[in-house]
Amino acid sequence: MKRRRSLVRRLIEKIIEGALTISSTVTSLAVLLIVIFLFKEGFSLFGDKPIEKDFVLAVSKYNNSVDLTSRQIKDIFDKKIVNWKEVGGFDRAITVFTINDIGAYFTDAELGDNLENLPLRINQLVAKDTGIIAYIPAKNIVKDFSGKKLKIDNVTLGGFLSGKEWFPTAQPIAQLGVLPMILGTLLVCIGAILLALPLGLATAIYMSEVANQRVRNILKPVIELLAGIPSVVYGFFGLVIIVPLVQHTFNLPVGETALAGSIVLAIMVLPTIITISEDALRTTPNAMREASLALGATKLQTIIRVVIPHSLLGLTAAVILGVGRVFGETMAVLMVTGNAAVMPHSFLQPIRTITATIAAELGEAPQGGLHYKALFALGCILFVITLITNLLVEWVSSKRKVAKN
Amino acid sequence: MKVIETIDLNVHYKEVHALKNVTMSMNKLSITALMGPSGCGKSTYLRALNRMNDLIEGCKVSGQVLIEGDNAYARDIHVDDLRKKVGMVFQKPNPFPMSIFENVAYGLRVNGVRDKKFIHEQVEKAIHQAALWDEVKDFLKKSAMDLSGGQQQRLCIARALVIEPSVLLMDEPTSALDPISSAKIEELMFDLKKNYTIVIVTHNIQQAARISDNTAFFYIGELIELGTTKEIFTNPKNERTQNYITGRFG
Amino acid sequence: MIKQTKSGKRKRLNQSIMFWVFRVLSLSVVAVLFIILAFIFIKGFKVLSWDFITQSPTEGMTSGGIYPAIIGTLWLIAGSMVFAFPIGVLAGIYNHEYAAWKPLKVFIRIMTNNLAGVPSIVFGLFGMSLFVNKLGFGDSILAGSLTLGLLALPVVIRTTEESLAAVDNSFRRASLALGATKWQTTSRVVFPIAFPNILTGLILSIGRVSGETAPILFTVAAYFLPKLPSGIFDQVMALPYHLYVLATSGIDVEKSRPIAYGTALVLIMIVLIMNLLANVLRNYFGRKYKVK
Repeated sequence: MKRRRSLVRRLIEKIIEGALTISSTVTSLAVLLIVIFLFKEGFSLFGDKPIEKDFVLAVSKYNNSVDLTSRQIKDIFDKKIVNWKEVGGFDRAITVFTINDIGAYFTDAELGDNLENLPLRINQLVAKDTGIIAYIPAKNIVKDFSGKKLKIDNVTLGGFLSGKEWFPTAQPIAQLGVLPMILGTLLVCIGAILLALPLGLATAIYMSEVANQRVRNILKPVIELLAGIPSVVYGFFGLVIIVPLVQHTFNLPVGETALAGSIVLAIMVLPTIITISEDALRTTPNAMREASLALGATKLQTIIRVVIPHSLLGLTAAVILGVGRVFGETMAVLMVTGNAAVMPHSFLQPIRTITATIAAELGEAPQGGLHYKALFALGCILFVITLITNLLVEWVSSKRKVAKN
Repeated sequence: MKVIETIDLNVHYKEVHALKNVTMSMNKLSITALMGPSGCGKSTYLRALNRMNDLIEGCKVSGQVLIEGDNAYARDIHVDDLRKKVGMVFQKPNPFPMSIFENVAYGLRVNGVRDKKFIHEQVEKAIHQAALWDEVKDFLKKSAMDLSGGQQQRLCIARALVIEPSVLLMDEPTSALDPISSAKIEELMFDLKKNYTIVIVTHNIQQAARISDNTAFFYIGELIELGTTKEIFTNPKNERTQNYITGRFG
Repeated sequence: MIKQTKSGKRKRLNQSIMFWVFRVLSLSVVAVLFIILAFIFIKGFKVLSWDFITQSPTEGMTSGGIYPAIIGTLWLIAGSMVFAFPIGVLAGIYNHEYAAWKPLKVFIRIMTNNLAGVPSIVFGLFGMSLFVNKLGFGDSILAGSLTLGLLALPVVIRTTEESLAAVDNSFRRASLALGATKWQTTSRVVFPIAFPNILTGLILSIGRVSGETAPILFTVAAYFLPKLPSGIFDQVMALPYHLYVLATSGIDVEKSRPIAYGTALVLIMIVLIMNLLANVLRNYFGRKYKVK
């Protein structure tokens, strides 16, 4: 009897341990799943051609300019390039042709009732006009086609990262360059950190070293509370207060700028930086402070020469975490930065961040399409960057532990 | 000549009356031991002398502390000037996490000394005075945290000496050390007596008897008895002092 | 003689200048944060009324209340917590009480920290790709709750671990010495002591979940949906998304501004109430059990 009970007990014990083990793997599993889903979608972008599926671009067979960059193609269709000369070809005016223009060249009768003559007519057209560039469905190409298809390069990681144009839905060639977003993100982050760091550190030093107990007891919970306020509320505040303020101060056409984004993000990240820095400063043993003060050092000298060096690793962690938070912040920047996907030149112009791009465009991107995949690729960039920040923090805090022992 | 004199010194921590009307003085180049059971106020008294009590929130001091005739709590006396004059060594060795050299040089640097040659000379002198030179002279650049406990404490003494105070306060400086390291520090104190007026708080009755010229016995915030060490240990006037010395309580 | 020195004068001057700088900077930080709160409170209180929180938006969201959004957010809170609480607490117990092999422990901790640092929009992407598309939940409370729950998970785990770490080891030894098994010790001795702190952390994580916008953008949130949900496969409105819509892409942004203030206030109030609740609980249990 007694033995059976202890057996049951041991069994229960094992079952519980199993359940606990499974639970503990959930986060690892989640990270793994995020990696799989994000990167599967994101990386499938790089095997694709930035042209609508089953469509081709064709030129006359006498045309030698077949190695066009996607940027050149876009400029041709935007009528910015009007002669083949400009892309290194022969001297001939470019005729841009898309399937919708067919009515301008042929009558309905010529095309046939069910458009059965369409491939033939297109062939005629390409044969006749040597300056043509035609954007047409692949199925409308006849067997012995009198033109030649343009070679369209796959989207590459390098092109994706270094491209300066973001028109993911442009016809015929989608422009998938995320450099403006990367730079926009960097600009906003740098601005936010430059604003938040001095303020945050000063406040942390004040709370930890200068203020008396009573002031600290009031400030600390208030600042912790502010860390919990949703980013959309900060974004809203930024929209109704900071944006007009920036607009009027600098006399700008619009207030939604990188600067507004930096200010709002700085305000948002302050509570995080203050709380973590203050905790780091407070790890300095009082004996250290007393030793310094007993030598005739002032409190300020003690702070600069003893307390800050002692808590440097903790302060570093605070900064890295702050950067990470700023980097991944979405709603607030979406609301106040103006979301213009252009190369940023100054703080006083609208910019767009990686996060805001995803938030603003994912709703309109058809699932599985090029645009959709490109947004997931952006998500991958975000994930990689946060992974690096987290590992950095991990590394710093492990060094801290070693230093303490 | 009296270097330290306290008159009706009272210390309150919020509601606690930690030190009650203590009037006593210390002569130049003497060692005075403060002893008594835990919580008797001896450390509070010591920390009142260089105003370390100021750091504790809710601490109030009344009465006078005269250091070479100047009231340490007077308006026109700045606490950092006072602490330059009155050095302190703590219970646990508390070197900064810097090199041995920088630890000692710290006091000079924070007091505005920039002359490198002078700093080098003073640091070397102080480490010599603290009887540590032979042990560390070859690795002054090494971190102070790598030294042994006893070495660390002597480094802390060197650190206190470098700014040439006239008074050295020692708050149970050997209680965290092994007997051999303690003996070295006691030995050192005899040497230091030639140049410094020393006040030491100690838990160790034998230590007080060995090293001090004068001994003060504190009990629950009051100064019970003050006299030459010889007197106190051979012929205490107060019964509580006697009980403490003979080990009946404490 | 206590000598006054020139260098002393200089360093004291430096100190008072710098301390004033610290004071002014801190004050400005506090002032900015205070202004934000005050601004939204003052503007928001004007529209806050019983009708505001119990009625649907009307006239293209330029009047009426935010009832469906409140209900939607409550659904999402409940849904995400049903998922995150048990798993998070169990995982926390495993990590702190059971995991013995150090590399595994470190690995789990790094993964948890990583998950905590992932930007919320990435959770949104992931939720959309896995729950909405792959598993076919569609835009639904289920998909949104799972996404939010995943986001809350590291917070819950970390809180649990920290609360367990605060329990003195002597309790464990005492119980084990009496012949109790590990689970008995954990469930009857350690967990009850840690429970108030865990609860506090859980409540704070509710505050966080209620305000997240990016993860629900593509997994559940509806632009306008006066109908209340009837099950977990329905879409809902949610407060943070509603605020975003009102502020940026409503039908008449200027006219709906007062409602936006009201919504922002309700959001802040939720966070505030959760914080207060957490504090009250901490104090109550703290006094009862003398747990720090």
